[in-house]
Amino acid sequence: MKNMFRLLMRHALFWPSIALVLLLAGSAAFNPAFLSVSWHDGHLYGNLIDILNRAAPLIIVSLGMTLVIAVRGLDISVGAVVAISAAVAALMIGGSFSADGAVNSDYPLWAALATALAVAAACGLWNGLLVVKAGMQPIVATLILMVAGRGIAQLLTGGQIITIYYAPFFTLGNGYLLGLPVALWIAVLTWVALHLLLSRTALGLFVRAIGGNPEAARVAGVRSSAITLCVYTFCGLAAGIAGLIVSSNVKSADANNAGQLLELDAILAVTLGGTALTGGRFTLAGTIIGALIIQTLTSMIYSLGVPPEVNLVVKAALVFTVMLLQSAEFRALVGRATRGTRATSR
Amino acid sequence: MNEARIVLEARGIARAFPGVQALDGVELTLRAGEVHALMGQNGAGKSTLIKVLTGVYAPDAGVIKLLGEEVRPTSPLHAQDLGISAVHQESHLLPNLTVAENICAGRYPRHGWLRGGGIDWRETNRRARALLADLGLELDVDQLAGGLPAALQQLATVARAVSTDARVLILDEPTSSLDAGEVQALFVLIRKLRDKGVAILFVTHFLDQVYEICDRITVLRNGKFVGEYACARLDAHALVSAMVGRELAAAAASAPPAEISGDAQRSTPVLAARGISRRGQLQPMDIELARGEVLGLAGLLGSGRTELARVLFALDKRDTGSIEIDGKAVSLDKPSDALALGLGFCPEDRKESGIVAELSVRENIALALQARMGLAKFLSPAEQRTIAEKLVAALGIKTASIETPIGQLSGGNQQKAIIARWLATNPRVLFLDEPTRGIDVAAKQELMNEILALARGGTAVLFISAEIEEVVRVADRIVVLRDRAKAGELPRGASEEAVYALIAQPAARAPEANA
Repeated sequence: MKNMFRLLMRHALFWPSIALVLLLAGSAAFNPAFLSVSWHDGHLYGNLIDILNRAAPLIIVSLGMTLVIAVRGLDISVGAVVAISAAVAALMIGGSFSADGAVNSDYPLWAALATALAVAAACGLWNGLLVVKAGMQPIVATLILMVAGRGIAQLLTGGQIITIYYAPFFTLGNGYLLGLPVALWIAVLTWVALHLLLSRTALGLFVRAIGGNPEAARVAGVRSSAITLCVYTFCGLAAGIAGLIVSSNVKSADANNAGQLLELDAILAVTLGGTALTGGRFTLAGTIIGALIIQTLTSMIYSLGVPPEVNLVVKAALVFTVMLLQSAEFRALVGRATRGTRATSR
Repeated sequence: MNEARIVLEARGIARAFPGVQALDGVELTLRAGEVHALMGQNGAGKSTLIKVLTGVYAPDAGVIKLLGEEVRPTSPLHAQDLGISAVHQESHLLPNLTVAENICAGRYPRHGWLRGGGIDWRETNRRARALLADLGLELDVDQLAGGLPAALQQLATVARAVSTDARVLILDEPTSSLDAGEVQALFVLIRKLRDKGVAILFVTHFLDQVYEICDRITVLRNGKFVGEYACARLDAHALVSAMVGRELAAAAASAPPAEISGDAQRSTPVLAARGISRRGQLQPMDIELARGEVLGLAGLLGSGRTELARVLFALDKRDTGSIEIDGKAVSLDKPSDALALGLGFCPEDRKESGIVAELSVRENIALALQARMGLAKFLSPAEQRTIAEKLVAALGIKTASIETPIGQLSGGNQQKAIIARWLATNPRVLFLDEPTRGIDVAAKQELMNEILALARGGTAVLFISAEIEEVVRVADRIVVLRDRAKAGELPRGASEEAVYALIAQPAARAPEANA
């Protein structure tokens, strides 16, 4: 029994899960209704469902980020790519009122979605080329698109917030399927697809080899460049999916604010989940827990009625606590300190 | 020459590190207007001696006298103030400063207090220009040092080193990244400095260069002083004997005749490289490997052993030459090409480019085979386990489990696992670069047996080792490299002495074995 617990404690996901559970418990302590889930209008309803729904874009972006970090990279342009994807979709769908009052889209919905995703993937490919072929530092290479991408999105939208009127598009960010938000399903689908790709093909082995020791992977004949390119492209694609969900959710494309600071939340989610920023070791499930922690924090702060001006400070303090809880060094330090006091009190 | 004034004397220098007596009773005498070679194999104590002379290490015993007065340099800067300057292998110019700024760095001329005491840039440039003109160097002092080719940077570094009125100039392998023409340019400068009366200590692995430029030679072996010789009285043969500490056979020609099996000679070589070269690393050379043959590659450090293997495996791009596999010309531009063609490469630096420490033994072993099969054709963990378990048993790799992270294994077992990685791909040609380095004697023997077994199975093996004795023992044929070029070939059964003789002989007179 004790052994089981010890094994559990050593599991990579143990501390991230504890952090999430503690946060949820803390929220419930302040607001007993926080954890209640009910059935309304044919779907589940409650704070937990809300957290899952709102966390979906972050989960998807963070999954892409996890792989990029696993190959010793970084992508700080994902927020900008979210804005680009949203802008492209909004422009193509647009929406005009026809004579009978119905709203039509300018292009077929599938074409709009496909174009937005293709543009987002191209953004990722661009980042990958800068890193792999031009040999730039990942943070600098993606900084270019982080700045330029938002500019491109603003050019596309003419600096305006473009409102979308075409109702079928709203399903992505507001619809429900089998009682759960469509956005959540998309996130789960992305996770499952990625998980299968990593465990049923050699991708997982290659990614961990490249992240663990790039030179050794190259000497072993692994096509590191091609795989790194794919990983960045996927990260762009993931940001594109998130962009569609975000714009569908708010029924508009806001080039200035869509995905603002999302890159930082994504990096944080990856870190909270237990993926090593030095590359090699990564966990998709951990990243999802990390993203849920961040969204729970945000929801918790709102539900506690923290005044907006101290919002960021509270969030920072909570993130700090969670990171301390997850730090093996810190836990060892606390362990030694408590053992020390016990010894002296005896 | 004998009356030349003694500038620097080191007597009875000793210095120990935990577990190693790096220097023990070492003597060195440098005279004004002479170039003095410091020779010795790896670990002979050359670097430690230089560090003692330049104040990086304090000696445990012994005295250093400069112009008859005892000195105790406490830091490289202090040594420089005393008049002992050193230039190291990789030049140390600041790439973002101009040549003039680099030359005067740390000693910038100042304006008088009336003009604010700032740096006098015009004077800086003037001094640098004067120094370079004095040395006969044509360099633009306004150019950023980082924009200069490596050779010119090296020259500027030497200029900077002597700009402090150095009486002793130490050149630590200054030519190791220069090509032949660039070496000559450096030698012109060295001769000029010598004629100005600077005492020069020249450290190199290239024997030809020693005889070209040096007047005297001091030889170290295992941290001990072997002797000081006049260059004219010590031929290359005797020099190598002094370095390795044994008498060499008179010449390679006395080696026993070849007994290469008929098959290996007649059949098409599995790998044939023609005229492959890489600027600054490898002179154009041909190399052939037959099926089932162990080809030993011998030579001193810097002779191009590793460089040749890296170029053949396309880890470094070749500048010229073509490669044929089984008689067919192939395009071989990146390691994944080499892998697809059935080549394998165990690198010498196991930690940096061999193992992926965090991955399990199983995954490390499966990596190259999986890379060859591509992304989609996935070896399931069960298949990987079968392959890994078979090889772990076959090579006697000692590990708690095949799921243990490979970083936790001992060096010898890590090395075996990397060899297992390539055996899993069933390679036609396997390059082993220093496979026995850093592993214990028993493991070494097992590894050598594995290599022989591998060749008997039909794989062509290129075996590289700094330990000539191992090469001689395992190889069917030995190619000796010197100064990044092929010095000659020896058949099976050649003695160690024959190998050393080839290493020592000037390239022009190298006998063509099997001709």
